[in-house]
Amino acid sequence: MASTPRIVVVGGGSTGAGVARDLAMRGADVTLVEQGNLTHGTTGRMHGLLHSGGRYAVSDQKSARECIEENRVLRDIASHCVEMTGGMFVKRPEDSDSYFEEKLQGCADCDIPAEVISGERAREREPHLATDVDKAISVPDGAVDPFRLVVANAASAQEHGARIETHSKVTDLLVESGEIVGVEVEHGAKSGDRVHGVQSGRETIRADHVVNATGAWAGRIGDMADLDVAVRPSKGVMTIMNVRQVDTVINRCRPKGDADIIVPHETTAILGTTDEEVEDPEDYPEEQWEVDQMIETLSELVPMLADARSIRSFWGVRPLYEPPEVGSEDPTDITRDYFLLDHEERDGLPGMTTIVGGKFTTYRMMGEEIADHVVSKFGMDADCRTADVSLPGSEEFSVLRDYMDEFGLRSPIGRRSVERLGSRAEEVLGTGEPNPVLCNCEGVTRAEVRDAISQAGADLNGTRIRTRASMGNCQGGFCIHRLAGELHPEFDEATVRDSWDDLLQERWKGQRHALWGNQLQQAMINYALHATTQNRDHDPATQPVDFAAFDSGPGSDRRLGSDTVGEAADGD
Amino acid sequence: MAIDSEVLVVGGGLAGVTSAVAAARAGADVRLVSYKQSSLRQASGLIDVLGYVGDEVVVDPYDAIPELHEDHPYRLVGVETVRDAMALFDETVDGYHGDHTETNALLPTHGGTVKPTARYPAGAAEGVASDDRDTLLVGFERLVDFDAPLAASHVEAAGAPFSADGVTITFPGDLQADAKVTRYAKLLDQNSPVAVDGQKVDTRTALAERVAPHLDGHERVGFPAVLGDDHTDAVRATLAEELGVAVFEVPMGPPSLPGLRLEDRLFEALDRSGARYEVGNPVVDYEGEDRIERVVVERNGSRVPYSADQYVLATGGLVSKGVESDREGVREPIFDCHVPHPEDRYDWFEDGVFDDHAFARFGVDVGSDLRPRAAGGSVEFENLRAAGATIGGYDFAAEKSGSGVSIATGYAAGRAATEDLT
Repeated sequence: MASTPRIVVVGGGSTGAGVARDLAMRGADVTLVEQGNLTHGTTGRMHGLLHSGGRYAVSDQKSARECIEENRVLRDIASHCVEMTGGMFVKRPEDSDSYFEEKLQGCADCDIPAEVISGERAREREPHLATDVDKAISVPDGAVDPFRLVVANAASAQEHGARIETHSKVTDLLVESGEIVGVEVEHGAKSGDRVHGVQSGRETIRADHVVNATGAWAGRIGDMADLDVAVRPSKGVMTIMNVRQVDTVINRCRPKGDADIIVPHETTAILGTTDEEVEDPEDYPEEQWEVDQMIETLSELVPMLADARSIRSFWGVRPLYEPPEVGSEDPTDITRDYFLLDHEERDGLPGMTTIVGGKFTTYRMMGEEIADHVVSKFGMDADCRTADVSLPGSEEFSVLRDYMDEFGLRSPIGRRSVERLGSRAEEVLGTGEPNPVLCNCEGVTRAEVRDAISQAGADLNGTRIRTRASMGNCQGGFCIHRLAGELHPEFDEATVRDSWDDLLQERWKGQRHALWGNQLQQAMINYALHATTQNRDHDPATQPVDFAAFDSGPGSDRRLGSDTVGEAADGD
Repeated sequence: MAIDSEVLVVGGGLAGVTSAVAAARAGADVRLVSYKQSSLRQASGLIDVLGYVGDEVVVDPYDAIPELHEDHPYRLVGVETVRDAMALFDETVDGYHGDHTETNALLPTHGGTVKPTARYPAGAAEGVASDDRDTLLVGFERLVDFDAPLAASHVEAAGAPFSADGVTITFPGDLQADAKVTRYAKLLDQNSPVAVDGQKVDTRTALAERVAPHLDGHERVGFPAVLGDDHTDAVRATLAEELGVAVFEVPMGPPSLPGLRLEDRLFEALDRSGARYEVGNPVVDYEGEDRIERVVVERNGSRVPYSADQYVLATGGLVSKGVESDREGVREPIFDCHVPHPEDRYDWFEDGVFDDHAFARFGVDVGSDLRPRAAGGSVEFENLRAAGATIGGYDFAAEKSGSGVSIATGYAAGRAATEDLT
């Protein structure tokens, strides 16, 4: 066996990126493969809550303790991804008093700082809370940007020598002599040439060990070697409002239930969620009643939500797992704990470990446990350092420095850029060139977009998750063409057009669930701009036109001969 | 006492102004009231009549109108009315080309495609794509809505019969990173001297000097549509003279100077027609049963009645809030006219961004007399007609028919209102 073990991590969500970083820091030779862009699966589809543990303080105290521990770690190592908003468990008159007391006791049991405040105090903090909220428990919940966190983990892994391959789908596990020895990968054509790695074609990546960190997709990877990994995917809806109706995480203080949390996230508030088991993590119904339920039930806590503007909704699929012998009927009864399945011990097939279950807030702890498990197999003597070493962007820096003047940015653009970039601000913004704003809704400048493109390549969705460009009120209506412009000329026109169309479609997907009132107006404005002004719906580059048949201008003798019938050329 | 007129037009966009001009020219005493800025500032300033029927590109809109479904506004008013309405536009609105033919022109867009349109501002005329002169597109480093090299590659990929190159330059003078398009226009309008290598040079000349090294045999130069606001012809003429080639503007998204210039031309036409108008106060209510007796305008917090014999509703569609919605349904907010729509909100849209969306056709239901109809088909008010995007049943964005429908239905509604005066 080689002195440096080669490890393939499958899955570019929080768990995969966390494992990759951990193993790379310990000196392993790591390749991470992800079928979409980073956070493509469940990680990019969560409510952005940094758990205090309060939500599990009654039902699952082990998870609650892990949450508060990791909550403290992430505030430290990922400060530029975390906003410590604080949180409250609020109680309405019809909610049980005894459960409120249990919650308080549970927080105490799990070492979660918790304080009871009156309804009046709670409304001083959050003026839009319902007037009949009796009282609340204040806890250290926060908001976390899952995209930024995963990108930072991947960047750190890369700094430690890892190879990151996005848009690269595992098509098979290599099994030789009763052992998993690697993966077959198909690289997607969308890949750029930087973090994205290989652009297209198939590749066999041999490994001393494979870590299956594909969450809700873990069963599919298992199937490739006839391993039965019975993940029970459970969907949940999240509805995004266009402003922050609250600046504090608002939880409803009652036993498990749908539509019981509001998370302030960047410029938005995210309402969540539901819990319903689905067969297929990629194909499940997204339904109107789920969105309506979020708005109607949560307006019991914050009444103004009933008539507020939503900009989109999205669904995530929890990778729930429980040992088959437990047999829970209801997905809400399945533990939120994680399980490490060593297929050698479990199935007699060495070479792969699967990690399933778990929560975003404890991704680092899960990564540590898997990495401990993997390095022990190779007799490596390396300690985990991920809890102590800050992520790129969260190294020492002060948001208070006057970055606005320094980089010629006006407030609030400068502040927001710096909050997103953290300690990388100077490196990214200090280009010395004019730095106009490209995304007005989220205040994203050209320098940030160019930096993101240098990491994400031609995939504008990758640039979106790194910068938040196109994630505000207009959902890209006014900025997607600007973002596309930044890809050129590094990428040719056809590639740019393709990526532009992909981002338009991706933005449309979530907006469909918010099409009434002001957001329907916005959708019509966007449609008019893209179809009427830009003619993107009938682009002659894909639907050729006969130029000679049309008007060649007033008083013109330049009318074209009929031999110039247009054909889509190959670009430049 | 109500403020009185024979015809009252509600809405100050293309449909409302056309309707008021048509009515005034037919002899009516006309008043137009509009609330906010019209959606023209978001429009390209091109006058599309009909660019696509389904996925088929349209060369001659008048030939293609009969292919539209029979409830399409063009079919309701009839093809001859569309011709007459366009003739009224040509006669009353200055600064547009395209009336020398019934054939559409293909105009480059800021996104790099070309699109079929029936009339185009003089500033865009040298840019028509059915012209084989090689083209240089020029973008400005800080003007993020137009990437000239990308647009040039795209227009070549679209099979245009000329070669296109793009260059990005720095606009002369001292501009902020986020300068608005109006700032560029103003600098060119004023033509103030700017410092270039220690010398003071007029802005237009300084711009031409920066473009000249890139000319390289190109026979025409396209700029983003910021070439002046009040003196756009002069700006273009100076640049063309200094560069020795034709100069044109590429229409852009909002805020769109060609759209704002069109608005100015329309209100000049409205002035000349003799119609009165006032901008800035909303119509909030009406009185009447089968007939509208008067509408209520909210002015400085008070409710002022306006009465007329005939009314034209031209408040626009979803974009302009002439049609509104909530989670339960879709409505026309002033007169509560019926807006047909699927009961299930999830039938309002399709899954692909450019699929055939029901919402794109939301608007009041009218018959060939342009009177809005209730759900059962009866006329809502005998003296109310609708015009422009307030009317439903057609997808202006996919068809590239927005301006033409506004002009045609505005014209028809204005004429019919005048004929009906008691």
